[in-house]
Amino acid sequence: MHIKQEATERHTLSVTVDNESGILARIAGLFSARGYNIDSLTVADVTEDEKISRITIVTTGTPQVIEQVVAQLDRMVPVHKVTDLTALAPHVERELALVKVVGTGDHRIEALRLAEVYRARVVDATISSFIFEVTGGTEKIDKFLELMREVGLIEVARTGVAAIGRGKEAL
Amino acid sequence: MTAEMTGADILIQALNDLGVEVVFGYPGGAVLPIYDALFKQNRIRHILVRHEAGAVHAAEGYARSTGKPGVVLVTSGPGATNAVTGIADALLDSIPLVVLTGQVGTPLIGSDAFQECDTVGITRHCTKHNYLVKDPAQLGDVIHEAFHIATSGRPGPVVVDLPKDVQVASALYRKPSVQALPHKGYRPQVKADPALIEEAVAMIAAAERPILYTGGGVINSGPLASQVLRELARVTGAPVTSTLMGLGAFPASSGQWLGMLGMHGTYEANMAMNKADLIVCLGARFDDRVTGRLDAFAPHSKKIHVDIDRSSINKIVRADIGIVGDVGRAMEDMVKIWKAGQHQARNLAPWFEQIDGWRARKSLKFPASTKEIMPQLAIRKLWEATHALKPIITTEVGQHQMWAAQHFDFEGPNKWLTSGGLGTMGYGLPAAIGAQLGNPNALVIDIAGEASIQMNIQELGTATQYRLPVKVFILNNEYMGMVRQWQDLTYAGRYSQSYSDALPDFVKLAEAYGWKGVLIEKPEELEAGIAAMLEHDGPVIVDCRVAKLANCFPMIPSGAAHTDMILEADEVVGEMDDEAKALV
Repeated sequence: MHIKQEATERHTLSVTVDNESGILARIAGLFSARGYNIDSLTVADVTEDEKISRITIVTTGTPQVIEQVVAQLDRMVPVHKVTDLTALAPHVERELALVKVVGTGDHRIEALRLAEVYRARVVDATISSFIFEVTGGTEKIDKFLELMREVGLIEVARTGVAAIGRGKEAL
Repeated sequence: MTAEMTGADILIQALNDLGVEVVFGYPGGAVLPIYDALFKQNRIRHILVRHEAGAVHAAEGYARSTGKPGVVLVTSGPGATNAVTGIADALLDSIPLVVLTGQVGTPLIGSDAFQECDTVGITRHCTKHNYLVKDPAQLGDVIHEAFHIATSGRPGPVVVDLPKDVQVASALYRKPSVQALPHKGYRPQVKADPALIEEAVAMIAAAERPILYTGGGVINSGPLASQVLRELARVTGAPVTSTLMGLGAFPASSGQWLGMLGMHGTYEANMAMNKADLIVCLGARFDDRVTGRLDAFAPHSKKIHVDIDRSSINKIVRADIGIVGDVGRAMEDMVKIWKAGQHQARNLAPWFEQIDGWRARKSLKFPASTKEIMPQLAIRKLWEATHALKPIITTEVGQHQMWAAQHFDFEGPNKWLTSGGLGTMGYGLPAAIGAQLGNPNALVIDIAGEASIQMNIQELGTATQYRLPVKVFILNNEYMGMVRQWQDLTYAGRYSQSYSDALPDFVKLAEAYGWKGVLIEKPEELEAGIAAMLEHDGPVIVDCRVAKLANCFPMIPSGAAHTDMILEADEVVGEMDDEAKALV
């Protein structure tokens, strides 16, 4: 017997929640308990009084699973609002990566040149290393890392996706 | 200005303000301050169980039979972990509970202290919501919100973890209003969208083969919802079936009643679901025990799904119309719009003719025996002897549970208490104790199996202590019957570990606990045995020795469609393929 697999889609969700202890465990736990995927998850408080946090979750699943993810998140007591940004409207997605590259000579020059192409900033430098700061969509960062692997990448830290809808309306 | 109170006193005061009359619990180190506060008052009655598992099921029985939330009080560590099964049970069956757990003092949390466990972590996914209260000033609000969350929207269990120092420390308490509760985002939708109701009514009026598929949501909505369901069935003329959880919402004596649907449902209910052109799902959730093989489930029908929990809609089966709201109020709106629009039900006579054809298969028929007591007959005799008394029936889990669902007819809601979603053996006896406490004058019977009853048998002592005249009617076939039945169907009769060996003498056991014991061994003793049980003004165990190898039919086997039911006369012993085995 084989387990069946179905075609999946990638969706970016924005979830506003009460900023209370255990909230991240609650959200992450929902995903593991119900077998949903988390590709990326970011969280930070976004209101002046620090009472509301905004969580951005990138998940993959069948359309039916995505609908369930939204409904299941929405019924959690500390959750205020769940928005499927992918389904809703055009939106902007960004993440930031810090990339440590080690090398000398040609590799070092090539790394700097590529960083310029990707508008990555040098935030730390030694005789034999750079740390680049690069922001952009997930694909851009993936591509940048792919290139840096060729020229001495030894360490990466990524933030995960933050996303917001385009236009003048707020969520 | 109000004086400060200890956390324990704030808790008791809040429970009083919330109208709590009964708490089921078991003391321990981390709840001693609360037990001391309980000692000094006399408004809240504490029922001392014999095991925390019993406390939670008793609270569930109390909640389901009265419609009020059940309250549990247990200590930290093992007290809390022992309560987990009942909490998960209440989550799956949407039963309103508030479970108060003691916790080690806040400075000790995380230090692997004596009787410490991460209660909020452990119960996070088997509660509707849970709390760890670290500040006594917030305790009152949390308790009020816990009750609000447990009882509103889709009901469920809420755990409040109370560190010992928070119980001892002092703070001010003021009864909060619902609007002032901490979680502003929690606003369950109760009133359904009127446009969708209009659309649904038009669909029902246009249907040639409609069916009302009702569930536990109708019971949870309150007794009024059961009345409105009857009215909806009357005006639309549609036949009615129900899940295990919804039994009693619609009277079994009605001509529109098809019996329960699903794995052990009637042939007519399942065939009608399969052939219907419109399924109106009212407070049910298309559980796998109801749908059978999904790709063959009700292939010719449109579906209207009414549920208070948005996540139930489109979870398993796609609805043509999904209506979020309280099912009782939604049905009320449907009836109003039906009447206001002067809708006439279509002529459903051809549909009922078809249904009568399925009814003629008499799927609940069972073989007669003069030598052995057929378990179905035992249930039927029990019903005959007691139905006029409108008893509350609890069950354990297994064959006896399904036979009770099939052969004990219910006319009203809140009379049938069974563990449906989680399927918890050991549920019935403590649930009966809880139901009896909530309904002191009712006849409460736990229909049990000899295996299940042993899972919480210690609660016999609780009934004795509080002089609760509950009756336990054991269908004793010396097997974990449902396991054995599946082994017949799926594993060619290899009875792996399903024999109930070394059984106690239940009559002597009853007597040891101060109960009466009755033994029924032959069919001709059934009526007298049941009469003896009813005559005794106190708790009774009936050990009813039934046919050992009887199987529960009809049955939709794993991975099969509604149209592939096995009836009593069919050959059943065999081996299934891996796909069917994997489907549970």
